[in-house]
Parts: sequence; structure tokens; C-alpha cells
Amino acid sequence: MTGTDLGMPAFPPFPEAAREAVGNEVLRANLRHATHTIRDKRARAVAELDDWDRLRAAGKAVKDHTLRHLDRYLLELEAAVTAAGGTVHWAVDAEEANRIVTGLVLATGEREVVKVKSMATQEIGLNEALEAAGIAAYETDLAELIVQLGHDRPSHILVPAIHRNRGEIRDLFRTEMGRWGRPAPEDLGDDPRELAEAARLHLREKFLRARVGVSGANFMVAETGTMVVLESEGNGRMCLTLPETLISVVGIEKVVPTFRDLEIFLQTLPRSSTAERMNPYTTMWTGLGPSKGADGDGPTAFHLVLLDNGRTDTLADPTGRQALRCIRCSACLNVCPVYERAGGHAYGSVYPGPIGAVLSPQLRGTAAPIDATLPYASTLCGACYEVCPVAIDIPEILVHLRERVVQGGPVTREGVRVRIRPAHGHTAERAAMRAARLLLDRPGALRAGERLLSRARRLRPRRLPGPGRAWTDTRALPDVPAESFRDWWARERKSPQK
Amino acid sequence: MSSKDRILSRIRRAASGPDPEVPRDYLRVHGSRTPAERVDLLAAHLTEYRATVHRTDEDGLPMLLAWLLSRHESVLVPPGLPPYWLSAADPTRIHDRAASTPAGLDRVGGVITGCALAVAETGTIVLDGGPDQGRRRITLIPDHHVCVVRVPGQVVDSVPQALERLDPTRPLTWISGPSATSDIELDRVEGVHGPRVLDVVLLDAQ
Ligand code: SF4
Repeated sequence: MTGTDLGMPAFPPFPEAAREAVGNEVLRANLRHATHTIRDKRARAVAELDDWDRLRAAGKAVKDHTLRHLDRYLLELEAAVTAAGGTVHWAVDAEEANRIVTGLVLATGEREVVKVKSMATQEIGLNEALEAAGIAAYETDLAELIVQLGHDRPSHILVPAIHRNRGEIRDLFRTEMGRWGRPAPEDLGDDPRELAEAARLHLREKFLRARVGVSGANFMVAETGTMVVLESEGNGRMCLTLPETLISVVGIEKVVPTFRDLEIFLQTLPRSSTAERMNPYTTMWTGLGPSKGADGDGPTAFHLVLLDNGRTDTLADPTGRQALRCIRCSACLNVCPVYERAGGHAYGSVYPGPIGAVLSPQLRGTAAPIDATLPYASTLCGACYEVCPVAIDIPEILVHLRERVVQGGPVTREGVRVRIRPAHGHTAERAAMRAARLLLDRPGALRAGERLLSRARRLRPRRLPGPGRAWTDTRALPDVPAESFRDWWARERKSPQK
Repeated sequence: MSSKDRILSRIRRAASGPDPEVPRDYLRVHGSRTPAERVDLLAAHLTEYRATVHRTDEDGLPMLLAWLLSRHESVLVPPGLPPYWLSAADPTRIHDRAASTPAGLDRVGGVITGCALAVAETGTIVLDGGPDQGRRRITLIPDHHVCVVRVPGQVVDSVPQALERLDPTRPLTWISGPSATSDIELDRVEGVHGPRVLDVVLLDAQ
């Protein structure tokens, strides 16, 4: 019983997808470069704020408090958006959200929309639904354009086309752009500047004629009805200001109580995400504005689609619900030794990396093989928890979900409390063993896992949660050594191993 | 049952457990600065984001703006821009009207605006659609944005101080450097969509 449709075709279990990915040298090199670059920069950006821990605790508390009273804050939000001239729609699942958006677009008489990158609309497969209704949806973020032209899927939250290098991008632009609109110049080279210029011209043509825009949002403020979108390129501003009709599809967990609460997330999100003090552009708008759009600043119609799609089920799980705090910064991807080698596609959902491993099986249930194996896509090294700006204990949820996969138990699906049966013993075991082999076969990955583990030693629990609990009831867990054997060996031998 | 009622009732059944107080012991400002130091920090951070920073006073402003805008034939001007700012500038002034189309605005090379405030710690300028800033679209479509910040009056230290002073019902645009992308092999490239050149003029109020 999977109920929740994440708009994705069937995917192979994580270990199989990952095995294929780790054999791809280009992918691994790109990923390594990306994750390490961002990781190092991020550490510097975070170190600049001496109150980082306090901001992190405050962000966690704001989100937990909001989730505790989510009904109240959503109603408050709805009232504020409506008062400011917007219209609020509620969508239980992907299908309903797609139906609402498709209907709204058709009602305008338009057959194309411009889109700013939105994980919620990817999650529900909106582009495919629009296409089925004869509406072309153009992704306007440069990376998303690359992904769309390549008939591909994003592989990273922040840099979705990180699996492509400049040569591939040039080839894609040359062959595909012409089919969608303004073609790329004949002699297009592979310099990032030239490529960006080609994208600018191609997309500008679309922005200037677009009459319907579709977006997500990073935050929604209950108190004022204000929507907040953070971005870098300006395509967000284009989609949010130029069209006559703006439709925003946003997960219900994105609401925060007050305008003031933004002071926390506007400090933690950019630093955790792109490692900048602030992202180049942030747009905030409240319905149609004080004059309700009469001064022509921005769209003259605004629709907000509030999306559940498995979120209330996730909320029903006291351990798993913390995943709803996620602000999609992608910091956990960049420190994950498994993600670094497997890449985003192996996770089989729009949410890759550690957050994907805990969010997707909760939104979709653990019935499909990919979802049953995702909780094993981790070394439990704890690095994701340490970087998370809202302190989501991803390892704790992973262990909790493993327990669910192996032992079954009560879960909430589509609002109904049910008891799921354990996955076939051998299925879970096989998944675990394959995931382990994936790492054991690759000394680099194992080494990274061990190092991080010894660094996170002080966070190590005394007792194992989940299936290991009975065992640790009577035994103390062995201490994690301060140094892994490999590191010790390397040091003793004075080899310059890195 | 409507979808709204269904979602709300699911939430009511699911939400349980502790309700944490939000600890507000994080800092309102990071470090202490004199007004002059605050302006210097803003300038340093803007420069790091590859905006070009200029400093002048009321007397020098018209000449500086004339020079910055001299490469354009026409320049977009919000309705409430102080007229003396452009008293030395040559380009044709284009006024943004509700009837002007995006395609029309695309033919203009530059735009000049004031701002609502600027944030030193992050190197950010914030526009709120005030009379000297105009509609959101005019600072988006032209390739060159010149923004005048009155210092030290319009400069705050931090994000929390900025939010305190802003009106959430106005359309707000926070700008930290020119439009940028790092989507191709993580090489930073200016542009793609918004203005590729951002000049910030720090105007001393003597
Ligand atoms: S789980 Fe935490 S670190 Fe990962 S994307 Fe979400 S907020 Fe960022």
C-alpha cells in the first residue's frame, strides 16, 4: 500500500542503482569536486556566526512548535493570503494538486508556463501532468534547464545538473534548445560564460512572453501571508513578477508563525546551502500586495496550493516527523560519504542523499523495494546530523525506519493507522548486505565513514536503538576508537595517504 | 469532506507531544561597530559578491551617476527618484508605467534606484517598492542596476535588524550582488537572468 504518488517511475532498489552509479567515473569525479568544494566553503561561512548553535536550536524549535500546531498556522496563513487578494487551495495528494494546477492554467487560456525550480512540483510530477493536458512547462533555473533538455532527472538539491560536465551541456544546448525555442548559437563553445549566455537568451524569450508562472516557496509566514523564495539567478524573480498569474505549490510544512521567524532561517539557510552570507536574490510577496495588484507590480492573480502528499502521515510518526523540519539546504548531501559515491539518482526520488533516505520512505511508505532499501543507504556516521541547520537527527530516523522495514509495526497511511508486516526477511537482509558490500568493496568510502564516526564519537548512543536494542540491554556498546585502524596504520607507516 | 477538512483533521490526529518554547538567545547583531565601520563592512561584503561599490556625497552624486550611466542610451527611472540625482546625466529617462510591457523594458540598458535599507553583515540591499525604487520588474530586466544607499542612515548591521524595519505587506526584493549561477561545474558566472552588473553608490549624507 503505497498510496502516495511521488510522480516517479519505478526505481531499482538503492544498492542496485548505487552499484551502477559508483562505476561511473565522470559522475564520481564531479560529485567529489562539488561536495568537497561546498563542504569546505560552508564550514567557513558557518564559523563566521558565533551564535550558530543558538540559531540552529531556535530554527529547530520554531519548526517543532509550528508542526505541533500546524492546523492553527495553516488556517492563519490561509486567512492572511486571502485577505491580501490571493486564493488558497488544499491538496491531499499529488493527483489532486496536479488537477488543481492544471485547471488553473487551462482557465487562463494559456498553454505554456514558466517555472522556478521547486522540489514540491517535482515531487508531484507536475510537469508530466501539465504535459498530459497539453501545457508546456519550462524550467528556468539553469541547472533545471539542463536537466529538462537532457530528459534527465536532477541529482542534487542545489546543483541539480552536477552529474553533467561542460562538454555534455554544450552538446545538449546545441541539439535540444532549438526544439524548445530560441536555438543555441551554431558555434557555441563549452566555456561556462558562453553557456550561461546561451541560456540567458533562450530563457529570456520565454520570460518576456509568459503569462503564467509556477513556483514553490522556501517559507510561508502565517501571521502575514508572506511567501518567501530564495534563489541566485533571477529566474525566480522573473517567474514571480512578470506573469499575470502566479501559482505556488508548497508543502504544508513550510509555514512559519511570524515574519520575525525569518531572521533565523535567512541566516542559516544560505550559509548551509551555497555557503554564502546571503544568496543573491530573495523575493517576498504577500498576496497581491496592499493595493491588490492594482499598481501592476507583480501578478494580478495569485494562487497558493497547500500540499499534503504524505506529510500528515509523516507528522503522525513521533520519530520520523522531524524530517518535516527540513529547509532543503542540501548540506547533508555534501557531507555524506554514501551520496558522494552513489550520486543523487540512486535514491530514486526528488529528495536525494541523507534527507531523501529518510523523507522518501516516509512520504511514500516502505512497500516498494527502493523505499525499503533507502534506510540502508547510510553508514550512520552522523555527519548529516552535525551539519543540519535544523538539527534533524537523520541517523536516528534511519535506524527507526530500518526497524520498521525489518519488524513491521504501526504506521499512518493516508491518515489511517495501519500495521504493516515486516518486509520479507531475506529482502531486508539482502538490502542491508548489499549496502554494506557497496561500502566494503570501496575502501575510500569506508575510510570516510570511519573518520567521521570517530569525530562524532561523543554523540554515540550508549544503547542501540531498533532491532539492536535487546542486545545492548545487557551489554555496553564497544567504544568507537578515537582513530580508525586504517588511519592508525597510515600514520604509523608515515605514508602520505590521504 | 473537503480536502481542507481532511488535511486539518489528519493534522489534529497526528500532532502530539511536547511544544517547545523558541529560544531567542541568538544574537541580534554580530559584533559592535561604529556607523562608519558598519558602512565599511557593507562595502566589503558587496565587493565580495562582485558588486562595484562607489562612495560620494550629495555634491558628487550627479557626476558619478552621469558617468555610471553614460554607456546607456536610455535608463529606467522610478517615479519618485530625486530629480537632482540625474541632473548631469545624458541618457533618455524611461518611466515605468503599468502599461509598459516586459519586452519594452528589455530594450532599456540600465536602471537607477534608491533602496529601503542595506544589511552590512550580509552585503545585502533591500528594495520595498518605495517611490524611489519602483516596481520589482524594473530592477530585474535591464542588464545594469545602479542602486543608491544613503549612509549611514539606511544601513543596519544584521538580518534581524533589517526584518524589524521592513513592512511584510510590501513586495520585498533582497539583493546580494549581481545575478549569479554556479550550475556548470561550480564555476561562478554572473548573469543568466537578473542584471549582470550591479553598481552600489554609498551616498554620504552631509
Ligand atoms: S535534512 Fe537538514 S541538512 Fe539536509 S537538506 Fe534538510 S535542512 Fe539541510
